[in-house]
Amino acid sequence: MEPVVCEKLTKRYGEVVAVQDLDLSVRAGEVYGFLGPNGAGKTTTLRMLLGLVRPTSGRVLLHGKPPGDLSGVGALIEGPAFYPYLSGRDNLRVLARYAGVDDRRIDVVLDLVDLSDRARHKFATYSLGMKQRLGVAAALLKDPQLLILDEPTNGLDPAGMADMRALIRRLGAAGSTVLISSHLLGEVEQICDRVGIVARGALVAENTVAEMRSEAGLRIAAAPVDDAAAWLRLLLGPSAVSVVDGALDVTVSPSRAAEINESMVKAGIAVSELRTRERDLEQVFLELTGGESNGR
Amino acid sequence: MVGSFRAELLKLSKRPATWLLLGIALSLGALFAYVIPYLGATSGTTGATADRGLAATLPANIVGNTLGGYPVFLGALLVVLGVLFVGGEYGWGSWKTVLTQGPSRTTVLVGKFGVLALTSLGFVLAILLMGTVASVLIAVAEDASMTFPSAFDIVRGIGAGWLIATMWTMFGAVLGILLRGVALAVGLGLVWMLAVQNLISQLAAPLLPWVDSAQRGLPGPGAGALVASLGAPTGTPGVEALMGGGPATLVVAAYLVFFVALGAVVLRRRDIL
Repeated sequence: MEPVVCEKLTKRYGEVVAVQDLDLSVRAGEVYGFLGPNGAGKTTTLRMLLGLVRPTSGRVLLHGKPPGDLSGVGALIEGPAFYPYLSGRDNLRVLARYAGVDDRRIDVVLDLVDLSDRARHKFATYSLGMKQRLGVAAALLKDPQLLILDEPTNGLDPAGMADMRALIRRLGAAGSTVLISSHLLGEVEQICDRVGIVARGALVAENTVAEMRSEAGLRIAAAPVDDAAAWLRLLLGPSAVSVVDGALDVTVSPSRAAEINESMVKAGIAVSELRTRERDLEQVFLELTGGESNGR
Repeated sequence: MVGSFRAELLKLSKRPATWLLLGIALSLGALFAYVIPYLGATSGTTGATADRGLAATLPANIVGNTLGGYPVFLGALLVVLGVLFVGGEYGWGSWKTVLTQGPSRTTVLVGKFGVLALTSLGFVLAILLMGTVASVLIAVAEDASMTFPSAFDIVRGIGAGWLIATMWTMFGAVLGILLRGVALAVGLGLVWMLAVQNLISQLAAPLLPWVDSAQRGLPGPGAGALVASLGAPTGTPGVEALMGGGPATLVVAAYLVFFVALGAVVLRRRDIL
């Protein structure tokens, strides 16, 4: 049974459509990256998963059940929110009581996020990074099989971000399913098995990171470049060739490299470089989302 | 359910504002129910409230004398407590933190309301204890009677105080839920308690007979009539025997049930943003 399934999930706030017909499934044991620009509908989707927001239409299933039963589910949604007058430890004590978790688990999660030394200090005195780590500690209280983290590295310094990624990788390797939303492409690229890209409230792509990047082609440096472009357009079609920074980006299977090279040479074109062009995730992301930010 | 109650109890007991409000309630209660009436009586001054005399501050009258504050000023403090306890969850954005741990909204709200009811009882007992100590000190100083009310009267007074105090905290809680925060809820709650109630009873009711009838169905006048029936000194703001103790109890209890139900329905239906 897949831990997370969304079917035709839609949320409207009056005229504004926050999420539109979103289909999403997260498989057991994977680290799934939910990627999208600010305002794309990521947090609204996660809130619907957790029952904080009611969908306008569509269906959500967590471990095969509608939202409501969050046993085995840990979550950090849109930044950490705690009681400022309580210490970090007391905040976790409060949450452990809600969750029905033994207080001994508190020391474990504080240690996991490297916050044991400051656990007795008031939450109000914490830095942004410490607050974020306490949020992750709270999400881990139930030792969840499914962890939903909304921008978990927000506010962390580079070392903290690296630690957080390592923690998420460890949790994934230990068999937990992790659904992580982010707008940081490098982060998702490093830790996720599969990625779903959301734009304007709809899922526009879903695949493994490797497959998303491999939808590539060839990068060819040739002279004269205009003759080379014209020849390749004749060979592969006008839409397959574009001139970028004085060279050619060609959308074609890299397995045809030798054949294309031979045909260009025979056509009198000097080929000085021909290599596989692998797109990075940023390029895929920008193509799919239209480079939008704060779109709504 | 027990876990939510324990969680809410930890939050409320460790919150400095809870103890600050209790301290203010005790200080103001001692000042206006004992210190000022005692000073007035012993200095022989005359004024609109001089008729209370020394007798009101003696142990025989601790029930009525300590209940006199609940319709207005102690009630206002309890409204603030209710708003802070529930509205604060919106201000800090902590509803999502709580609810993602798994409890249902109803479970959390039952825990919150249970803790508010328990805290209300704590306030009532603390104020009664303060009244007892103050009245004993006055009786010793004046060599006056040390006779206390019967156990039945004391228990009945505690029950009435608890009912009114809980109703006011629930009023604050429901304002916090409806207005999704603290600032506006506290402001409007206090405007109702300190201004609107007085305007209705002092200005509108004497002018319009239907307002005079209708105010008997409001929570403040209900609380005022209930404490008046138990001996609270008339002339204290909000204390007026508009109806008997039985109907007044029903009015206050009806508002308590209404506030609890309204808070539960609204919290369950709304999105947590």
